[in-house]
Amino acid sequence: MMSAAITTRPPTAPVPHAPAAGGTRRRSRLRQRLELAFLLTPALLLFTGFVLVPIGVAAYYSLYSWNGFGPLTDFVGLGNYVEAFSGDVFQSAIGHNLIIATLSIVVQLPLSIGLALLLNRKLRGRTFLRMVVFAPYVLSEAVTAVIWLLMLQPGGFVDEILRGVGLGGLVQLWLADQSLVLYTLFLVITWKYIGFGVILLLAGLQGVPPELREAAALDGATAWQTTRHVVLPLLGPTIRIWVFLSVIGSLQLFDLVWIMTLGGPANASTTMATYLVDHGFKRYEFGFGSAVAVILFIICFLFALLYQRFALRRDTQGALTGVR
Amino acid sequence: MRSRKPLALFAAAALALAGCSGGGGDASAEGPVTLTWWHNRTTEPMKSKWQQIADDFHKTHPNTSFTIEPLQNEQFQTKVPLALQGNTPPDLFQQWGGGALADQLKSGKIADITQASSGWIGPLAKNADGWKVGGKQYGAPYLMHAVGFWYRKDLFASAGITSTPTTLDELNAAVAKLKTAGVVPIALGGKDRWPDAFYWAYFAVRQCSVDTLKKAVEKTELTDPCFLKAGENLKSFLDTKPFQDGFVGTPAQQGAGSSAGLVANGKAAMELQGDWDPDVMQALTEDKELGSKIGWFPFPSVPGGQGDPSVLLGGGDGFSCTTRAAKACAEFLGHLVSDDVQKILAETNSGLPVTPAGVAALKSEPHKQIAEAMTKASHLQFYFDTAFPTKVGQALNDTIANFFAGQGGPDTIVKSVSEAAAGNK
Repeated sequence: MMSAAITTRPPTAPVPHAPAAGGTRRRSRLRQRLELAFLLTPALLLFTGFVLVPIGVAAYYSLYSWNGFGPLTDFVGLGNYVEAFSGDVFQSAIGHNLIIATLSIVVQLPLSIGLALLLNRKLRGRTFLRMVVFAPYVLSEAVTAVIWLLMLQPGGFVDEILRGVGLGGLVQLWLADQSLVLYTLFLVITWKYIGFGVILLLAGLQGVPPELREAAALDGATAWQTTRHVVLPLLGPTIRIWVFLSVIGSLQLFDLVWIMTLGGPANASTTMATYLVDHGFKRYEFGFGSAVAVILFIICFLFALLYQRFALRRDTQGALTGVR
Repeated sequence: MRSRKPLALFAAAALALAGCSGGGGDASAEGPVTLTWWHNRTTEPMKSKWQQIADDFHKTHPNTSFTIEPLQNEQFQTKVPLALQGNTPPDLFQQWGGGALADQLKSGKIADITQASSGWIGPLAKNADGWKVGGKQYGAPYLMHAVGFWYRKDLFASAGITSTPTTLDELNAAVAKLKTAGVVPIALGGKDRWPDAFYWAYFAVRQCSVDTLKKAVEKTELTDPCFLKAGENLKSFLDTKPFQDGFVGTPAQQGAGSSAGLVANGKAAMELQGDWDPDVMQALTEDKELGSKIGWFPFPSVPGGQGDPSVLLGGGDGFSCTTRAAKACAEFLGHLVSDDVQKILAETNSGLPVTPAGVAALKSEPHKQIAEAMTKASHLQFYFDTAFPTKVGQALNDTIANFFAGQGGPDTIVKSVSEAAAGNK
């Protein structure tokens, strides 16, 4: 798509007169091409070497049963893919990713919008509150995971706080209960990433012209009506980008789960990425692992393409799509 | 170039480059060599001990120098395969032996040191067996490990337990007494899965004869009915609920809420763990007197079992050499099992020395006890996840962990091995 933006650029308008200008034009064209080659080559080389080639290599490995040692000899065709899709654990891993993605949109989005609207108002200690909301996002995912792993142990910090405020009845085996563990992880994910959504939306709110609110107020719109019909539509592009990042992030979820549960207990919190490491790397099944990686890549890629095509089309017009 | 990060891509590029440059060195070279050494001791005191040992070796063998690269333990499982796939693997790297070593042999880059080690391997006796494949020596251990019960003497005393359990019935009785006393009888780090596998492995080791165990590892199969029986015994043991609440989510070594932390802080009375556990526990508590409060006893015998109660479950830390500088590397491995080095290692309490001279230098009481048990043991059963090929061992661990979380039965565990060996995921 990057190249599309360049090749479909409107051609330089034909110069109908002054044949002498022909040489200049050719020279400037050549210059333009040289410039393009000069500027694009390093990026293209890096992109090819570090993105395209590894994807191709992974796709190639995925057709073999290979333990990482010695030459690739045991060709199994699409066998690894069939095996992955027919396994209960991988199926449930895909399910877990989808649950996290859905919950992100259903829970985190309204929460982020609410917090952003709140923190956009003039209120005492606004900067401090913004910082508090954003702080967890600054922590690395590994640090977050270790902190919460320790706090969520039975009788740990979380349980003590709940008991301290008289909510002892809510205490659960947060990470040990198979029907609960995925939602516990989702809470931690929300804690960590809510700040990012809020900051993004706050930036979006800066782009809502105050005149529009004033105009709405003059027309007698209530605060709710202004928010619903003026502010939210103008936040559309920001929200759509947030959904995009959130879903991709949910599909690739790894660090947090790996550190907190290793995908357990009994695979109750396995994601596609933890499955990949568990069954690909840890078991020396690099061919199979590559197949899982390719599946994960295709799912993310398809989502990205479709989402850009249908949801982001207006937002990115001219930037990512060709000019008509 | 040898210090490169072994990303697959670089490995491929290195392969191509090395093809042009003609490669370097060979096993018979007598000139100066620099050994690239990947070990897993990223923390003190062992990190500087290795540096010291390498420096000392260089003084007496000026032709051999070292480039030491300590790597996180977990990195070995991904870095080693990639490095062996490339053209410049480390000359000397951490090796746990068993099935993973057999897997790695397929790269053709691991040196056979049978000849080179013949002068010094003798005193290691059966300790060296785990680094043999098909009768040939492909590495050697420098420290051994064994699993057993670590317990708190104070909690045992206050629960009225006067002697350490030697049979399963006595262990069950101790569990009951500790429960009555309001203490968690046994802490288990089920989140990490491998601690679960210790239990299944020990029930199997106590149920099956040494011959059966050896045959099972050799053939990668658990067809003998004793393995099924082991799972059933484990099930009955789990039914007594000897562990802390939510043990399937408990980490083994992280924080005071981990299984080691629970014992270290007096919240639980026992833990089935390796000889390294006291160090792990000490890091998780303020109690400086912890060392005097904990003791060790071997996994008890199981009624009706064919297994020899002296057999220990364990493994070891060793190194393998790659072919480029195999001669110098093997010489260094011999140095690591020399009396001098074994004595130094004994003082760190980070494992059990591999030679009698090293064992004699042990200072800590429980470690002396474990080393003695090891000497008397008729067989050291390698952790099954190490003994079996990697994919089978990991599948077995996962299935056992699921079993602890209430999924599957004794037959599922047995089946997981044959299925993984047959290539099913």
